Amino acid sequence: MDTTVKTGTEENVWGGGSDKKPLGASYGKMMMWFFIVSDALTFSGFIASYSFARFKFADSWPIADEVFTHIPLFHGNYPMIYVAFMTFVLIMSSVTMVLAVDAGHKMKKNSVIWYMFFTVIGGAIFVGSQAWEWATFIQGDYGAIETKGGRILQFVKADTGERAALKDFATPLDEERIDHTNSKGVWFFGETTLPSFSVNEVVTGFKANPNILVRTEDIVQEGERKGHKTLLNRSESLERLAGSKYVVEGANLIHNEYGNRLFADFFFFITGFHGFHVLTGVLINIIIFFNVILGTYERRGHYEMVEKVGLYWHFVDLVWVFVFTFFYLV
Amino acid sequence: MSGIQEHGDDHGHHHKETFVTKYIFSQDHKMIAKQYLITGLIMGFIGIAMSLMFRMQLAWPGQSFAIFETLLGKWAPGGVMDADVYLALVTIHGTIMVFFVLTAGLSGTFSNLLIPLQIGARDMASGFLNMISYWLFFLSAVIMLCSLFVEAGPASAGWTVYPPLSALPMAQSGSGMGMTLWLTSMAIFIASSLLGSLNYIVTVINLRTKGMSMTRLPLTIWAFLVTAIIGVVSFPVLFSAALLLIMDRSFGTSFFLSDIFIQGEVLHYQGGSPVLYEHLFWFLGHPEVYIVILPAMGIVSEIMANNARKPIFGYRAMIMSIIAIAFLSTIVWGHHMFISGMNPFLGSVFTFTTLLIAIPSAVKAFNWITTIWKGNLQMNPAMLFSIGFVSTFISGGLTGIVLGDSTLDINVHDTYFVVAHFHLVMGISALYGLLAGVYHWFPKMFGKMMNKNLGYVHFWITAVCAYGVFFPMHFVGMAGVPRRYYENTAFPMFDELTDVNILITVFALVAGLAQLVFVGNFIYSIFYGKKAEQNPWKANTLEWTTPVEHIHGNWPGEIPHVYRWSYDYSKTKENGEYVLPGQDYVPQNVPLQDGEEALEH
Repeated sequence: MDTTVKTGTEENVWGGGSDKKPLGASYGKMMMWFFIVSDALTFSGFIASYSFARFKFADSWPIADEVFTHIPLFHGNYPMIYVAFMTFVLIMSSVTMVLAVDAGHKMKKNSVIWYMFFTVIGGAIFVGSQAWEWATFIQGDYGAIETKGGRILQFVKADTGERAALKDFATPLDEERIDHTNSKGVWFFGETTLPSFSVNEVVTGFKANPNILVRTEDIVQEGERKGHKTLLNRSESLERLAGSKYVVEGANLIHNEYGNRLFADFFFFITGFHGFHVLTGVLINIIIFFNVILGTYERRGHYEMVEKVGLYWHFVDLVWVFVFTFFYLV
Repeated sequence: MSGIQEHGDDHGHHHKETFVTKYIFSQDHKMIAKQYLITGLIMGFIGIAMSLMFRMQLAWPGQSFAIFETLLGKWAPGGVMDADVYLALVTIHGTIMVFFVLTAGLSGTFSNLLIPLQIGARDMASGFLNMISYWLFFLSAVIMLCSLFVEAGPASAGWTVYPPLSALPMAQSGSGMGMTLWLTSMAIFIASSLLGSLNYIVTVINLRTKGMSMTRLPLTIWAFLVTAIIGVVSFPVLFSAALLLIMDRSFGTSFFLSDIFIQGEVLHYQGGSPVLYEHLFWFLGHPEVYIVILPAMGIVSEIMANNARKPIFGYRAMIMSIIAIAFLSTIVWGHHMFISGMNPFLGSVFTFTTLLIAIPSAVKAFNWITTIWKGNLQMNPAMLFSIGFVSTFISGGLTGIVLGDSTLDINVHDTYFVVAHFHLVMGISALYGLLAGVYHWFPKMFGKMMNKNLGYVHFWITAVCAYGVFFPMHFVGMAGVPRRYYENTAFPMFDELTDVNILITVFALVAGLAQLVFVGNFIYSIFYGKKAEQNPWKANTLEWTTPVEHIHGNWPGEIPHVYRWSYDYSKTKENGEYVLPGQDYVPQNVPLQDGEEALEH
């Protein structure tokens, strides 16, 4: 045989051989890509489920602009301001990550250290903001009544059209509350915390205060109030309040003063799952950060690890863009 | 030759290996493959034993068997099987067979064994992740088996674990701790499957030896690659469903639950939908059956060409049909849900996409048949199982056309017709693929040959009994007998089917016994089998160029280069002589010979 035997696939990038990388990536980078594909599908599963629920309750879904209205240290109505800030921080951390990867290509250790540092800080600010956002959401602001049918009734001041908090009108009554316990042998649901007012106090306060109206979950489909929640008049309001069951303050996985409980369920679950990803991302970034400082990658001759965690970090950002769009914007 | 430098990185520098690093926490793909195989076979033994028990209950409902009392204890008072444990057995049988035997046991074993060996790589891309993948699988298997010993019983909501049975701990006895363990086990299984799949994909893409282009790959590798891709795409969606279900079970969310009354009290769940769970589940669930069957198809293609001493017929058509099946598998999940309350219009769309799968499936079936057409057939046990595979795949696939059509499906939905269909087309077929693979690559795995005659006994009893079980089952289903029922004695119209049920069960018991022949042959041959030659089946693929004794790094010297595809069987020169004199096969590492025509396949 000839000594220069050809395999017939020399010019083909898919032809095999250790120098050929068909997709131009090392195995580690490619594994990260395929992991991202997989994780993206997990998120797709959640977002599809969310869309399914939201489509089902399209005419009574809570309006995000009325839910996320707070910013730390300030009172007042600032819809979406804080979440926009969070999103900005997260996207900026992606930018610093790109710069870190770029500095890694140029083997500039110090720049990589600084950019990784900023990325970690950005991620930490985001996770912290998320925690604050959750705390605010859980705490609630105005309070509402949940009916026997599980619907939420909120309150509005008739003259100004502003939302009315329960404490604005509920009448404190000297009520004796019977605590059910095991020893009394009554079939009962366990309780954790009590709301500030009883149903009776809220209803009594409502009757005493003619300036308060009930607002239901339903979104008006036509007319000048199109897109807003339905406002009832006094007599309709009283009629609906007759079916009151619980006072709801804030939101958890079972009750939700903002409206449909699935809104809270999905909010907690999807932002929580995403927040968990950000948290792991931050932890991994910290490990990489210290590895860079220790010179591990300098000795290795390349900063591909930074690139791999960078891929993950950008993915987590991209997912947030979708979460932000579906929960806050549309 | 530049290749010498490129392939000079022979990992010949052996570390001193301890027992633990060699046999337990091994990072060598060949050892991991054996670990997968043996774990899978043990799980298979348990799964099949369970099916025999509930088959006995179906044939002789309410009868007392000493074996029930021995194995089921308090769930078979006086030897009579309890209805709760019947449901548990059906559920765990399905789970174990689908996930632990036919997913991990099949694809885990043969992907690990064959990918590096057949593409000419020293090992998987990441031996470490490969090891983690196996041990996660092992952990999930252990948790699944632990759930059998839970006080209130293992999960019994069916292998699909639809809510609310799976979501409310008080729904049935298996919905408590048993269900929690089931979900935990599956979550770990998914992680294991993901790590395995990532490794398979990047190994095939990046680590092929010089000359091993994508169109020279053996079809096994194509099948494993595409299987891994489907796994990466569909398992995460099951993971979403499992996480949401865990939230519903343990934290009170309402994703899949709405308006549920228990003992006159309304539970707080509101607004969720169990149909949503079905969508998420079957988005995995349908691709899952192709995750099960594609590796078997790849194995069968390879074995058939080898044992027919002919090139595989329609190599590129085989690849295209694998890809087409993989793509279509992700858009047909609704055919499992025709009677779920899903919009009937969607049903007709899913009928359309489902019936499209018949096209690539038929392409494959005809290609196998034309591969053995006028071949010089070598009736080794592996070949017999491969032929058996084609037979069951066709006969089970035909009823798939009936079930894929929504108008026909609603009549036989949830009857034994469905059970017969999917057992033939994915259960028995994939099992045949697995067994064919074991018989064929046993010499590569253990360096010994399995006993052929025992293989024939095993095949013929299994083949006759498998049809004996599942062929009559179609008629039972057509008569309307619903699946998952503990007994049908309450329905007089099914009385005349009792004899058929007894027949089915007898066949099942005999088939179960025949597997003991295999187990005996397997264990005996590992220790006392005839020593294998390097290339016992006279095959072309690269794994037979490695030494019989396993070494770390697979090839003692340089990795062989590849100059041709893997199906040059009985190839002749223009003068009618075999390419290599006196040898009807040309291994892939043999360069093009003088007077040989390079064929475009």
